Amino acid sequence: MGVLTMGVFPGLVGSGCYDFALRLANAAADKGHVVNIWFSGNATVSVKAHQKHLKDYSTGEKYLVELMEKGVEVCTCEACTVSRGIQKTESIAKIQWNAMHWYLSKVHCADRVLQIGGE
Amino acid sequence: MADIKCAFIVQRPQYKGETSRLALTHALSYQTVEVLLEDGDTVTPSLCFVGEGLLGISKGQNAMAPYGINSSELHAKNCLLVDLDVYVCKEDMEKYGITEDQLPDADDMGAEKRMNVVPFAQIEKIMEEAKHVLFF
Repeated sequence: MGVLTMGVFPGLVGSGCYDFALRLANAAADKGHVVNIWFSGNATVSVKAHQKHLKDYSTGEKYLVELMEKGVEVCTCEACTVSRGIQKTESIAKIQWNAMHWYLSKVHCADRVLQIGGE
Repeated sequence: MADIKCAFIVQRPQYKGETSRLALTHALSYQTVEVLLEDGDTVTPSLCFVGEGLLGISKGQNAMAPYGINSSELHAKNCLLVDLDVYVCKEDMEKYGITEDQLPDADDMGAEKRMNVVPFAQIEKIMEEAKHVLFF
């Protein structure tokens, strides 16, 4: 089994790319791969807890919690997140907060890297 | 103990979006990644500007006064200051009418590196030699 590191940059709402990234991560984890997810840019908004899952909008919380229960490591860029007014105390539990070198360290150990660009 | 080469390919203009700026800041973080790696492990990024990506690196930018943010020129200079290899596509410079003297350097900061203007073929070679290629 391999190590997949994903850099996820698009926003939660307004792009199908974010949903694609989480579904792909889920499929990889189900196959037994080690998966790391790094949020940067608008994707960092998705770490806020207590998202109401309205059926007309994408949601991140439900899927992120499930991914982390499967052992997927999820980390958000602290600078990107606080710049959007979200504090660590408001974050979904078990999501890591770190700087960009976290992503590079997971790139270092990865067999494959998927950089999913954002806005 | 391994050195992992990564190619950061910037293909979108600065300011129009956030992603192209994040390419520079993520590449810069190679300076501190070792705190999270085993002894001797390193990441070596190459930062390549192609297509519209090179529209936002000209010198003389003044983003602080009107927008209150650091310019992408400053980030580019910081990349040179920390000895990051920066490449700019020669053909795209010609396409957009950008000359070499319009590219910033970081001499005033004490940097020894300069931006390398290279044919796209060389950027392709950098991508081939990298273990991971990240498009921004």
